[in-house]
Amino acid sequence: MLESLFPNVDWDSMWEATVETLYMTAMSTLFTFVIGLVLGIILFLTAPRQLWANKVVNWLTGAFVNIFRSIPFIILIILLIPFTKFLIGTIRGPNAALPALIIGAAPFYARMVLIALKEIDKGVIEAARSMGATTKTIILKVLLPESKPALISGITVTAIALVGYTAMAGIIGAGGLGTLAFLDGFQRSREDVTLMATILILVIVFAIQFIGDFLTTKADKR
Amino acid sequence: MIELKQLTKIFDTGKGSLTAVDHVNLSIATGEIFGIIGYSGAGKSTLIRLLNGLEQPTSGTVQINKQNITDSKGLELRKARQKVSMIFQHFNLLWSRTVKENIEFPLEIAGVPKQKRQARVSELVELVGLTGRENAYPSQLSGGQKQRVGIARALANEPEVLLCDEATSALDPETTDAILDLLVDINKRLGLTIVLITHEMHVIRKICHRVAVMEGGKVVELGDVLEVFQSPKEEITKRFVAQVTEKEDSHETIKHLRELYPTGELVKLIFIGDQAEQPILTKLIRNFPVEVNIVQGDIAHTQRGAYGTLILQIKGEPEQIAGAIQFLEVENVQTEVMANA
Repeated sequence: MLESLFPNVDWDSMWEATVETLYMTAMSTLFTFVIGLVLGIILFLTAPRQLWANKVVNWLTGAFVNIFRSIPFIILIILLIPFTKFLIGTIRGPNAALPALIIGAAPFYARMVLIALKEIDKGVIEAARSMGATTKTIILKVLLPESKPALISGITVTAIALVGYTAMAGIIGAGGLGTLAFLDGFQRSREDVTLMATILILVIVFAIQFIGDFLTTKADKR
Repeated sequence: MIELKQLTKIFDTGKGSLTAVDHVNLSIATGEIFGIIGYSGAGKSTLIRLLNGLEQPTSGTVQINKQNITDSKGLELRKARQKVSMIFQHFNLLWSRTVKENIEFPLEIAGVPKQKRQARVSELVELVGLTGRENAYPSQLSGGQKQRVGIARALANEPEVLLCDEATSALDPETTDAILDLLVDINKRLGLTIVLITHEMHVIRKICHRVAVMEGGKVVELGDVLEVFQSPKEEITKRFVAQVTEKEDSHETIKHLRELYPTGELVKLIFIGDQAEQPILTKLIRNFPVEVNIVQGDIAHTQRGAYGTLILQIKGEPEQIAGAIQFLEVENVQTEVMANA
């Protein structure tokens, strides 16, 4: 059945590409989450009238986030080639895609973190201060738990965007389903390979969305 | 317990400066329930936030239990805040935590070990009457229950002072009364000093010992609650007092009463303190051959005695009525003959 519908698909390499895509998505999402969270918290706390109010740091972080969020991803990959080569030692393969994926997505997520933190009732932060909480306690026990649903739904959206980015990175040789669809499918006119790669990407996206929605709902006690 | 000296807070608003608190001097005793009343913008929210260092004063000092809050920073200030806790108009609970976990939060901040925390939380849950709701999330509670959690949370570290920032303004009248009763109970049982700000005279009347009236950042009137009710001096104070008495005073009401009781004289008596507990009406009826009809009455019990008004219809010979009214004046009851509307 599958053989007749997808005559040109080499299932072994399709599986390998899927694993590569999953690997790139998982690793880049993990790093994006951590870096975006840190950037978002800095943006939030250095804003005027906040606990670390600091114009210079706020401006610099804001500028960094805005610049890297604005550069189209495909251009960002090319711009980062020297950096990637220095960091990873090569510009081919799944690991080489990670710096560009993370630098492209972390500022995007940082913005979402900022929005999520701004949604927190100021009174709750004031209450924590009135109890004598340190800033560290406020971050760990107020800001993060109180914005958890928004942080989860934000990383879900970001992870889905990253699946798309991995496919783009695939075109310049990062591996994964993007490379397979482009080299094996498009360039050799094997539509069934492109189609199968697309189906697998959709499955990955839907799975991420499903898990993200589930966790968001579970975290939301409002 | 609390000493404010020449306390001033000026905000920079871009367009100029705004003096929110203007050279306020106050002295609040240990175990006192002290009310600060004012309309929004009077500076009372800023004032109460100066007491626990959430705002830094432009000049002047705040001393709580001999510690200068104004000069305290870092760890010292955070330690001080554990002894001066606060409850809020909108409760400010963490929605991501259950009742139990919300009450536990200040204990975590204070570094209390887990076992002790849990024992303390159960005590507090019982104290504020939330037994059985420990594992509910704030979203599953009513307003009154949320404020009970707020109070339990504020009491967790055994503070010396409790600051109440419009703590009942978001609650319905019945719940307000229940929460106020709880505050009085805590004040008596734990000897806690309570400072509350409000715009409702009802709250002041019900639980405060002393009251300060704020307008334009200044304390314009200060005194014992009963005294202030008896003889408000400033115009603004009179308006606040009218909040709780105007039911009987409005022109419409008098007219309505006149229609219902067309004969005799309508007399309004104002009782303050001890008089409210004396059998003045009994004496009146025994001494004068008049008919006395209670038309309307409202006696409220403040922390320093009763306060209230009573409207009587007095029927009989005109000279007897006059004599009766004179008797009331001799007995030191404030009396007002209500004009025929």
